[in-house]
This record gives sequence, structure tokens and C-alpha cells, in this order.
Amino acid sequence: MDIPFNVKERPDTGLYNGKLGIWFFLASEVMLFGGLFSAYIFLRTGVDNWPAGTDYLDVPLATLNTLFLISSSVTMVMSWASLKLNDFKKYKLYTLITLFFAFAFLVVKYFEYSAKFAHNPPYLPSTNNFLGIYFTMTGLHVLHIIGGVLVIGYLYGPGSKMWNSDPERFTNRIEIVGLYWHFVDLVWIFLFPVLYLL
Amino acid sequence: MSEGHHKQSFWSKYIWSTDHKIIGIQYGITSLIWLLFGFALMAIMRYQLAYPGSPVPIVGSLLGEGGILPSEMYNSLGAMHGTIMIFLGVVPLAFGAFGNYLVPLQIGAIDMAFPKLNAASYWTYFLGSVIMVTGFFVPGGAANSGWTSYPPLANTATMGQTVWLLGMIMLITSSLLGSVNILVTVIQLRADGMTWMKLPIFVWTQFITAFLLLLAFPPLEAAGVLQLMDRLINTSFFMPSGLVVSGEVLQNAGGGSPLLWQHLFWFLAHPEVYVLILPAFGIVTEVIANNTRKPIKGYKSLVYAMIFLGFMSFVVWAHHMYLTGMGTTIGAFFQTTTMIISIPSVVILTALLLSLWGGSIRFNTPMLFALGFLPMFGIGGLTGLPLGLAAADIHLHDTYYVIGHFHYVVAPGTLFALFAGIYYWFPKLTGKQTNETLGKLHFFTSFICMNGVFMPMFVTGLAGVSRRLWDGGESYAHAAGVFQLNELMSISAWLLGVAQLFFIVNIIISLRSKKTGESNPWDATTIDWTDTTSPPLGHGNFDKVPTVYNGPYEYSVPGSKKDFLPQSQKG
Repeated sequence: MDIPFNVKERPDTGLYNGKLGIWFFLASEVMLFGGLFSAYIFLRTGVDNWPAGTDYLDVPLATLNTLFLISSSVTMVMSWASLKLNDFKKYKLYTLITLFFAFAFLVVKYFEYSAKFAHNPPYLPSTNNFLGIYFTMTGLHVLHIIGGVLVIGYLYGPGSKMWNSDPERFTNRIEIVGLYWHFVDLVWIFLFPVLYLL
Repeated sequence: MSEGHHKQSFWSKYIWSTDHKIIGIQYGITSLIWLLFGFALMAIMRYQLAYPGSPVPIVGSLLGEGGILPSEMYNSLGAMHGTIMIFLGVVPLAFGAFGNYLVPLQIGAIDMAFPKLNAASYWTYFLGSVIMVTGFFVPGGAANSGWTSYPPLANTATMGQTVWLLGMIMLITSSLLGSVNILVTVIQLRADGMTWMKLPIFVWTQFITAFLLLLAFPPLEAAGVLQLMDRLINTSFFMPSGLVVSGEVLQNAGGGSPLLWQHLFWFLAHPEVYVLILPAFGIVTEVIANNTRKPIKGYKSLVYAMIFLGFMSFVVWAHHMYLTGMGTTIGAFFQTTTMIISIPSVVILTALLLSLWGGSIRFNTPMLFALGFLPMFGIGGLTGLPLGLAAADIHLHDTYYVIGHFHYVVAPGTLFALFAGIYYWFPKLTGKQTNETLGKLHFFTSFICMNGVFMPMFVTGLAGVSRRLWDGGESYAHAAGVFQLNELMSISAWLLGVAQLFFIVNIIISLRSKKTGESNPWDATTIDWTDTTSPPLGHGNFDKVPTVYNGPYEYSVPGSKKDFLPQSQKG
């Protein structure tokens, strides 16, 4: 028994089930991060002196991280396109580069966080609401990155066996995780100016 | 994926199933148990309200010294009653159980779009609900800051509040998975010919409900994370500067805002009201169309009114916050949107009422509950109007009037609709019929008791009795004139509990009876009745997936042989 339109597109919607599902999931993610961004605005407008991002945060490191994530988005698309062109080797290569950029992002983030904790006096979430919302939002974003790395890593390793048995479905999976990955990048594109620059 | 044909063990068939029908039943049984549990908490509270300071019979020894309900525990029971009834009871029953079981059957799908996700959604809900209730066993007892968990009170409350937040995050995750599933199923898996305007109203209501759950819940998840941070690592998102608790200045950075929580909370919790009521509209529509034997009045107006209702429900949340000092300009805006949202509700209720006109009504148990729903929801809705106007709300806010209002919407409103649905689809689930006499006894006793509980609340509320008084207002002069009504309400509530025995006994007797062998006992038109056996066999629902030709309510069609024309019948 197979659910219809699991792999093939439904003609009148032009979508297969998983793709529509991930779009709805991302819609709810927009509301999740939207809630946090609203909280940020609410907290910031509610007090007289809100610190500038540069008082606490390292803009050059964050710029580097932005570049990492944007690059990983590009390689993510390339790995999906490679599968569409039936080139499994290139898929492997581009996915490896994507994973590399994601790891680089996490390493930079690790150094950023530890610098905050090592500062004297330490910069903690409880220090003030700017740092509180900074750690909450970037922390939630890092969790999303880690989730993405796990799934992309699975599809690079054991999950890629599906290419031999059901290539179309496997390509769909890469497209879906790609949509998620672009969304996570997009969140960072908003986080970077809001927290670091404004 | 499992096939219906081979033999399966009990565990893989009923516990770890990915079949939407089994998952629907799992949701149904779990949520009914939680409803009973939530009711029991309230029954204990009502003893304290009727006879303040007297030892509670039967369960007294569990509560506190001398069997008297302590005031801290009263707060816990109140907070947990609200949480359990809404998040563990009514929503999983209306959306999880009915939606899961019926939506694929009504649109001609062999299962939900993502069966494994569906099972994950149930088990996340199950886990979340268990976590929620373990709050009773941690030091300080369960969450005791009201079901709304307003900070700063909730931030400084005992450990139960942390458990509440963790449970809530699980429940939110569960409803996210469930709503994505319903949305994709309805969009992608409709059978051939099942166009949008041929969908049964029930499917429309589930579809809109899924949108509300998908988009309204995440901000509460954000708020829950922020409150967890406040409680566990001492951030100050909801804590203003210089807050003094028990004579001591709190050691935190300050600068936060309790209002922020209220905005994020009500951004969920107002759409949540429509999550509670929309599936009820859907069930009542199906039952009324079937039992008046005529098409529903104004199918398209119903659909458009419900879509508009869903949309508007996102822009009315701050009418819960008129008294918070958020400012009169914002108040005026939300007062206007609140008045606007009452229009589609009236359209829906009017369409259902007009549908009765000229019908040859069959007064069976599901129909009685559906008919009971109409005036009860009417009372609940109309009493909400004064609360939506800021000036009137100043007097009524946080009184028993509010309690009466939303209980009329949810208890004799939504719950009656859900009972109608249970009686109506019981033959589908089991192939057996419920007992009509017991069903009617259940309806009439519940109907009287419901009004006995909630009608006096309007009186005490107008007198100004606050909703969270441990002694029911005994020590307040302004409550003296109405205090004795508490006894009437409490006795009605306990009798209401007894009346549910008719339901429980009925279900048990009916489950033990013989199958009727009829697959469409109500002569219904929708394909859940006409194209599957009762109960539907195995995984896959249909022997042959039907093609749809007609609208959902083709009753008494002129020139037709029978008085109903199934959706899947050409002609």
C-alpha cells in the first residue's frame, strides 16, 4: 500500500507530499522565530538604554560565519542539482563541502560563546536582556544547524544507499533538507544584523 | 508499512500502529481519560467552594491536614484543570481523534500523508500529557499560577511550573506534527472529483483548525522557552526591575516585561478558542444535515465564514488584556477586531439554525446533542460580547462571568458537539449501535446539569466575585448575596459527573453487543459511510478508492430513488 504523491507530484498542486509538508513546517518555524524577534523588539523598545551589538559581540567573526552559511547554501543547491543531473559523485563532493561549512560555523560559534563566558566579568544570559535574547536566539539557531548537520550527514552516509534503490525519492529528500537548510541560513541572515549590527 | 492482511501481534496492531484509524482511537481514549481526570480535579475544587474549610469526603486524606483542601493546592487544581481540559482533553479529542479518524475517510484517502509522523504525533502528545501530570508529584505540587501562567508569579512559582513548561513544549511539538499532516493530507490526498467545494464541512473545519495550530502555537513555544530561561538560568525576559517578592528584592538583571508573556501567550490562546470550536461546528454540521434529511443552508457562506473566522482569530488576542495598562489605542483596535470576529460566528450559527427549517428531523441521540449545542454555544458567544468591549470588561474581567462565558462555549458547546460526534460515528468505529435510551438520558441529564453549573456563574460574576477565590467569596461582603449559589453549582457539577455514567455504561454495553451488519445506519451521503465497511477493514480503508461526483449534503434530491444521494454515486 503506497500513499499517493509520496514521490511523484500531484498534477493540480504541482507538489509531492514531503515538499508541501516541509513548507508548512517552515511556516511554523517562521512563527517560532517570529515570536522571538517580536520579543526582541518588545524588550528593546521597553527600556531606555539598550546596548549596541558591538558592545558585546564580535562582528568580524559573525561576518565570517555569515559567509560560511551563505556558501553552504550554494553547495547545498549544487548537491541537489548534481542528483538531478544524475551525477552521484558530485553530489557526494558538494555535500561534503556543505558539511564542512556547517562545521566551520559551529566551531566559530563555539569560540564566540566561550569568549563570552571567559570574559571578566562573564557575559551570561542573565547579565542583561540583550545577552539573554542573544543567547536564546542564536542558541535556538545553533540547535537548528546541528539538526540540519545530522540529517545532511545521514543522507551523505548511510542514507545515500537509497540512490541505488529509489533515486527519485532520494533526490526529493535532498530537496527537502535543502529547503530546511536555506531557511536556517535565512534566519541567520536576519539574526546577524539584528543582534550584531543594530 | 504494515499490510492489513497478515496476522499482527497485539502490540504492532494497536500500540505502535501507523494506521490513522488506530491512532485516532488512541487519541480518543487517551483524551477521554484526561477529560475525566480534569473533571475530577474540578469536582474537588467545587467542594471547597460550596463548603469552604470543611473536610472533603472520600479523597480528603490525599489533600491536606484534616482533609481540607489547602489554598496552595486549590491553585494547583485550578491551573491543572484548565490545562488538562484544553490541551490534554478537548483539543486532542476534537482534532487528534476526530481529525485523524475521519478526515482521510471523508476525502477518500487510504491513510494520512505521513503515517509515521502521525504515530510520532500521538506518542509525543502522550509523553507530554504524562509529563504535565507528573507535576503533581514534584516538591511544591503542580503548576499553580493559573492555566495562563502569567509572570512574574509563574517565574517565581514552585518546580511544578517548570514541569508544566516542559509538558507544554511536548504538546506543542505534537500538535505541530499533527497539523502538518492534516494540511498535507487534505491538499494532496483528496480522491478524484473531491474538489474543494465538495468537501464535507467537517473536513473544512479540520483544515482551518490545522492552520491555526500550525501558526499560533509556535509563539507560545518561544514564550515557553523564554520562561524556562527565566526560571532556570535567571534571565529577566518577563521580570521588571526592582521586583520585591516576600519582602526581598529579587536578584536579577530586570528590565523585562510581564506583558510580553501575555502577548505571546494570548497570540496562541485566542486562536486556540477557535481550535476548540471549529471542529465542533464541523461535527454539528454533519449531524444536522444528516438528521434533517436536507442540504445544509448556505454551504459556501459557511466555508467563507470559517476561513474568515480563522484569519481574524489571529488579530484579536489582546482583548484578554484590556486591564493590563497596554494603552487605550491598542485596546480600541482589538475591541474593533473582536466585534468583527463575532460576525462570522453569527453567520455560522444562523446557517445551522436555518438548516433546521422545514426538515423532517430525526431526534436521535447525536441530533439531540447537536441541537443542544446551538443554544448553548449561542449563550456562550453572546455573553462574550460585553467582555470584548473594554468599558464593560473593566467590571467583568477576572470574575465568574468570564468563567461562565467560556465554559458555555467549551463545555455544553464543544463537548456536546464531541458527544454528538461520538454517538454519530460510533457505528462507524465498531459496526455496533449505541443504546438510544441511555443516550437520551445522558443528553437530558447533562443538559440540565451543565446549565445548573454555569448559568449561576453569570450572576455571581456580575456581583463581582473574582474567579480565583479559595473560599468561593465567603469572606467578601460583596459576595454575600450570591454565595449560596455555590452550593447549587457544586451539586450540579457532581450530578453532571454522575450523568456521565450513562455514557460510560452505554459505551461498554454497546461494545459488548452484536454487530448490526449495517455499514451506513444513518443513510449518510459522505464517503466515510458509503464506501467503507463499518468498521473499515485494515490499513487502506477502501476496497476501491471512490470517485466523487456530488456535494456532501445531497439529501432529499428530487427524482432520486432514495432520500439521499451518496457523494460517490453518479446521478
